[in-house]
Amino acid sequence: MATVNDVVIKIGTVNGTGSASANGLLMKSIFRMGVPVVGKNYFPSNIQGLPTWYEIRVTGDGYQARSNRVDVMVAMNAQTYARDLAEVSPGGWLIYDSTWPRSTLLDRDDVTVLGIPLSRMCNEHFDGARARILMKNIAYVGAIAALLDIDLDTIKALIEETFAAKQQLIASNMEAIRLGFDYAIQNFVCPLPKKIAAMDGTKGHIIIDGNTAAGLGCMYAGATVGAWYPITPSTSLMDAFRSFCAQYREDPESGKRTYCIIQAEDELAAIGMVLGASWNGARSFTPTSGPGISLMSEFLGFGYYAEIPAVVFNVQRTGPSTGMPTRTQQADILSCAYASHGDTKHVLLFPADPGECFTMAQTSFDLAERLQTPVMVLSDLDIGMNDWMVPDFECDESDVPDRGKVLSAEELEDMENFYRYLDVDGDGIPYRTLPGVHPKGAYFTRGSGHTRYGSYTEDSDAYQDVVDRLLLKWETARSIVPEPEIQYSKSNKAAILCVGSSDGACNEALDRLNEQDTSLNYCRVRAFPFADSVKEFIEQHEIVYVVEQNRDAQLRTLLILDSDADAGKLVSILHYDGLPLDAGFVVNRVVDEQSRGRAA
Amino acid sequence: MSYITKPTVSHPNLPRNKLGLTSRDYEGTVSTLCAGCGHDSVTAAIIQAVFELNIEPHTIAKMSGIGCSSKTPAYFVSQSHGFNSVHGRMPSVTTGANAANRTLTYIGVSGDGDSLSIGTGQFVHAIRRNLNMCYIIENNGVYGLTKGQFSASADIGTLPKKGLANQQEPIDSVSSAIALGATYIARSFSGDKAQLVPLIKGALVHKGFSLVDVISPCVTFNDHEGSTKSYAHTREHYHHVIDADYIAPAEEIKTAYEEGAAMPVELHDGSKIVLRKIDSEYDPTSRATAFKYLRERFNAGEITTGLLYIDDSRKEMHDLMGNIDTPLSEVPLDTLHPGQDELKKILRRYR
Repeated sequence: MATVNDVVIKIGTVNGTGSASANGLLMKSIFRMGVPVVGKNYFPSNIQGLPTWYEIRVTGDGYQARSNRVDVMVAMNAQTYARDLAEVSPGGWLIYDSTWPRSTLLDRDDVTVLGIPLSRMCNEHFDGARARILMKNIAYVGAIAALLDIDLDTIKALIEETFAAKQQLIASNMEAIRLGFDYAIQNFVCPLPKKIAAMDGTKGHIIIDGNTAAGLGCMYAGATVGAWYPITPSTSLMDAFRSFCAQYREDPESGKRTYCIIQAEDELAAIGMVLGASWNGARSFTPTSGPGISLMSEFLGFGYYAEIPAVVFNVQRTGPSTGMPTRTQQADILSCAYASHGDTKHVLLFPADPGECFTMAQTSFDLAERLQTPVMVLSDLDIGMNDWMVPDFECDESDVPDRGKVLSAEELEDMENFYRYLDVDGDGIPYRTLPGVHPKGAYFTRGSGHTRYGSYTEDSDAYQDVVDRLLLKWETARSIVPEPEIQYSKSNKAAILCVGSSDGACNEALDRLNEQDTSLNYCRVRAFPFADSVKEFIEQHEIVYVVEQNRDAQLRTLLILDSDADAGKLVSILHYDGLPLDAGFVVNRVVDEQSRGRAA
Repeated sequence: MSYITKPTVSHPNLPRNKLGLTSRDYEGTVSTLCAGCGHDSVTAAIIQAVFELNIEPHTIAKMSGIGCSSKTPAYFVSQSHGFNSVHGRMPSVTTGANAANRTLTYIGVSGDGDSLSIGTGQFVHAIRRNLNMCYIIENNGVYGLTKGQFSASADIGTLPKKGLANQQEPIDSVSSAIALGATYIARSFSGDKAQLVPLIKGALVHKGFSLVDVISPCVTFNDHEGSTKSYAHTREHYHHVIDADYIAPAEEIKTAYEEGAAMPVELHDGSKIVLRKIDSEYDPTSRATAFKYLRERFNAGEITTGLLYIDDSRKEMHDLMGNIDTPLSEVPLDTLHPGQDELKKILRRYR
């Protein structure tokens, strides 16, 4: 069936061969033609030599999830050829490097196989092993451009921008594009029935990954101290923060830095540094992933009890334990919500895409300082490391950051006594002071039992007084954290409820279910503790499909624990194979559940 | 646990420092440690040192981990902020605090358990960063709060109160610090305030990581016969290799020293530390010879004390990074981002 702007291209290569820039070029060219795209990188926990894939979904409808089908497979890796061929959807195409003979056994009747002698052509046209390997990647971009009708001028403009500083590379890259393009034109019927055509669907949008967005958000939030220990998939967040700071955070007079990034010896130290810096009045954060959260747990409990702001980005990956470090999951929801021993719970934010990584980076600092507690932003590998098309970020310059209740030297001077843990305003949030400001502000920060006045205690009533006040603060948090995103349809009985990166697939599933005359309402929670509107939403429905990317229904458990939700109406749809969620999975599970008589 | 409220009356003629404060103004709450604990003597030495250095109390940040030693920041300078963190993690909290505000005086108080077992990694890396702080280890060879288990600094052959002698090699904080490249390394004894106070003063003024390891006997669990960290053993095997006098900026060096014995070291702020060599073989500016000397005396059963190593030329953490001189915490947030117009420019990279 001929379609326009609805095609999935998947490229299988070997990691370390420089295919990333070719894939980026391909994706951005399509984006610049005004056509919405989704990029997913499936890469190994390895630097060189193992199979890796990049998937580009061209979606004129502007969906954000992966699609779980492959129309055009570019099988550049002989190791995975059989697997790549098997993955092509019926009626699809497979492009391979025909420089070397291919076993005729590996064929499918329902897939059109297109051989292009990429290595041979590149060996003839380029010198040096490295250039030949790199240009082979660019050559397949040229071939795809011919097959899918991608505008060559757009590709050329991108190459010229990319290599503006290395002019000689422009000609060689364009030559490689031409090799692939011309070969396809001369040997195949171009374009294929699934083609790409310019449209007006990307204006006001960018393509960015969540870690870059969060790093930019931290710079805009005024973070000055970043402490971290490298861990996939969070590392690029600090890399981004560092590169934005390198550009914008030099003191104009002295040329010195107004930021301090410390690569810690481990995650225990990273969160210790964040707490120390925040205690001292800086906006401070650490990016990490699941194993890092496990290591940080003791300090997170300290931050909760001693009431110190901290911002932690948990770019979740597939657990348990080391798990699959380069695959995605939403499986740290419970371990973050209740990180640390004793009665401890933490404020969580759940961005759904890079746009929210940018905004929530700023919200997280406001909340951490307002509530004087660690706030964790639960992104994941899919959001953090994949390329998403999102609306332009905005910086509202009239927006005043919330620094919370911090007493100034003047205010302290006028006070008779300052008591650190006294609930003066009745919202459960005491006042704090910063070291070095005024002698009257001095207090002793401790994780041991303390009274409302800040002194050490082993007295039952005085201890309980403080932990009960922390519960009051928790309710204040509930009233100020981001509200859920709620959409109502024709239905008033059944709904989908999800979190974070499941949003894209769920929204697409809602459309598809609607086409099948199954309309569902929708709620995407954006923070923990859950706003009252989440509880109300669940109460309004007879059945709520809770969609999340973990095995143990962690979001559902949390809803039951924190919102007193009726467990009977919460039906789990769980996806936890490490790949990003796709709409088809959600649709199938909803249809299954409904056919089992759980229809609303 | 002591329940006595500290009396607030003080002698009207107590000496005052340049800020007009008396030593009482640098005190804290009543110690809850055992009577005779070496740590209380260290607390007294810290009080004297900051009093004599005329440091404004609220510009001090007192940092600690967990253990008997880590409780002591409550017992000095009540008018400063204290941070009693989690076990072995004082260095990371201090690193972060210092990152946010480099202008405060950071005093970290730790113990041999806190620094040489659970917190070894953080101790080592604070040295590596040349974090500008005074790091005091109150070293008694045992875990006091959990009632007398050996720590990693316990010497081979030392006897516990009950049970068998330690057979494991001790971790020696000062020779480790020399190997790691700490820039100010001292060892003293809680029972020798005359030596300890100038060492702490030097450590507070030194720009970079200063380690002051203080043998501080545990009267309850490690002060018996057969212990190598008892008062009696320490006094007997105590070996002054080099003494230090702290001379404030613009003060004359009044004491006359024999030629060759005195060695003034100028610190970054113009103050001086005058080293008085008791053993002429010792060279506190050479890591190699200092290390060799320490190990030889250690093998002979001696506890070498004094200012063991100093290098005031190395850059501290902030200067290594090229950070601004004023506290990062005081930079107004609205100056820390380039605004909407620049954001638009940044976003062009992503189209």
